[in-house]
Amino acid sequence: MTLGERRNLIKGLVFVSPWILGFLAFNLYPLIASIWFSLCDYSVLSEPVFLGAQNYVDLWHDPVFWKALRNTIIFAVVAIPLSTFLSIGLAVLLNQPIAGQGIYRTIFFLPSLVPAISLAILWQWMLNGPMGLVNNLIRPFLNIINAVTGSHLQAPDWLNDPNFALWGLILTGLWGTGQAVVIYLAGLQEVPEELYEAAELDGTNAWQRFLHITLPMLSPVIFFNVLMSIIGALQTFAVPYILTGGGDGPGRSLLFLATYIYQNAFDYWNMGYASALALCLFVLIIGLSLVTVHYGEKKVHYSDR
Amino acid sequence: MAKVLIENLYKIYPAEKGRPEKVAVDNANFEIQDREFMVLVGPSGCGKTTTLRMVAGLEEISRGAIYIDGKKINEIPPKDRDIAMVFQNYALYPHMSVYRNMAFGLELRGVPKEIIRKRVDSAARTLGLLEPDNLLERKPKALSGGQRQRVALGRAIVREPKAFLFDEPLSNLDAKMRVETRTEISRLHRQLASTMIYVTHDQTEAMTMADRIVVMRYGKIQQIAAPLDLYHQPANLFVAGFIGSPPMNFFTGTLTAALQGTLEFVEKVPKGQTPFRCPLSPDTSRRLSSRQDREVILGLRPEHLHPNSLTSGATLQASVEVVEPMGAETFVYLRTGGHTCICRTTQIEFMDLEGKTLNLGPDLSRAVFFDPQTEAAIPA
Repeated sequence: MTLGERRNLIKGLVFVSPWILGFLAFNLYPLIASIWFSLCDYSVLSEPVFLGAQNYVDLWHDPVFWKALRNTIIFAVVAIPLSTFLSIGLAVLLNQPIAGQGIYRTIFFLPSLVPAISLAILWQWMLNGPMGLVNNLIRPFLNIINAVTGSHLQAPDWLNDPNFALWGLILTGLWGTGQAVVIYLAGLQEVPEELYEAAELDGTNAWQRFLHITLPMLSPVIFFNVLMSIIGALQTFAVPYILTGGGDGPGRSLLFLATYIYQNAFDYWNMGYASALALCLFVLIIGLSLVTVHYGEKKVHYSDR
Repeated sequence: MAKVLIENLYKIYPAEKGRPEKVAVDNANFEIQDREFMVLVGPSGCGKTTTLRMVAGLEEISRGAIYIDGKKINEIPPKDRDIAMVFQNYALYPHMSVYRNMAFGLELRGVPKEIIRKRVDSAARTLGLLEPDNLLERKPKALSGGQRQRVALGRAIVREPKAFLFDEPLSNLDAKMRVETRTEISRLHRQLASTMIYVTHDQTEAMTMADRIVVMRYGKIQQIAAPLDLYHQPANLFVAGFIGSPPMNFFTGTLTAALQGTLEFVEKVPKGQTPFRCPLSPDTSRRLSSRQDREVILGLRPEHLHPNSLTSGATLQASVEVVEPMGAETFVYLRTGGHTCICRTTQIEFMDLEGKTLNLGPDLSRAVFFDPQTEAAIPA
């Protein structure tokens, strides 16, 4: 290493040192510590007692863990495709050259600026059974269906009905599509206009152009957004936690892995078990991300421009 | 096989956000014959590309009409006009293989698979996409610029359209590739015997490829003629200056009476300088007699200024500023009176002349005279 290279290295290290220190203190140390705690009985107040793999054995036999895992996966499997389709659709619409385009874009992005806490409190009211906005919208349709078919369909009490709570949460999640819409919009604007023109001369209609030009050209953006959504969905915590007033919903229907980690750590002071859960979630996220990257990369077209 | 007629064509962009109304194409009228290679040429913003895009259907027609084979196509969508276009940036579908890029348009039109395969193979062979390397399964990003442009040509050819449209297809290629592809397109035109409309800002491309050229400026057509007619009989100062490289030399002066009823051109120069004078032949004098004692612009191609010439009595003294040896010929940049002029010669002994004074003999039989007010050429 020459003197110049060594100087550059030192300068570089000095500049990135805040990040490195932060990473060591707030990421790497907790990760290693939680691996250790996951092998112990640890209640914060007393010294950790080594148990070996006992926490993992308990976890395997814990029906609540499986319930949380199931809820988390159902949420991810339903919410991610739903929000992906919705946000691509919205982005395509918002990309149309119409008057007031900027205003529409702002309106659709605004909800993403609302903090999770306010959002959850707002949706508590929106999803309220007798008075909520969502049910007020649904009820006229249900009345028509009931009148025509003689059925007795009722608007659900979203957050208090174990069969509906998860769906209520998924609805809440669509509130935040604005963020993804912005990324898709940026992706759409990267598609060269002449590709559409060439396709038009080749004989495509608008739908074929979307299918054969827009989607393939957007695929790197879709891939990125889906990957981020998977990571985000598996970590779902704040909104369901507040929606349920700090609980896990009727019949634990809004219990997610992250919620269960929180309960064990801060409600039951069972840090060892919480650490084992956290590591499970960590492995799940890494695993699913790797699978997504492995299969997604092949389908994604990266433009050379 | 198609005849394209363009009639009173206008493209007007309405005023918007403080920008005034813009007339991009201003009353264009011309006809492209079946199997003709027509080149639209002009500086950027002259309306040539807009005209082409209106033929393609990618741009709305503000006023006027376009007919293909007698059928008005104003309202017909691009895909039903039976034309193919080659774009400046190739516009290849980056996620499709070369084969699919070429086949896509045929697939959409429901052409049977075997026929598609046949047509793509034949086009690929013509364009050298099969040999030396078979490129059909490659993605566009794995190709060079020249190869991409050939794929774009192939995509147009397999469609077997009535007319081909080219929008500056060579401007993204390097100089060598440009000359090669130019020849390739000319060869294709002969081979396919179909109507081609080609847009370029490069007068060399226009001159070398076209059957006829449309010269445009500020949305208006300046002249429509065969390449050599444009070169030798430009309709106005703009065409004279735009076509030909290096450009035509212009001298402003007056026509004064000389011996035996002939006229003499006397250059207008600042006081104290010797003007360039040249006597006109009796024929030319008769033709220009109505212009006696009036100002005209004399246009002379660089190859019609002969260095060290003793012919015709008229000479122009000029000091050599720069000499550009091109190999087969030499461009000599000279300063005379108030301005510069260029002389093009095949005599290589003029290479060491920088800073010296040369006697130039103009070949007046090839001169073109222009009216300085209208800028139009004075008819022969």
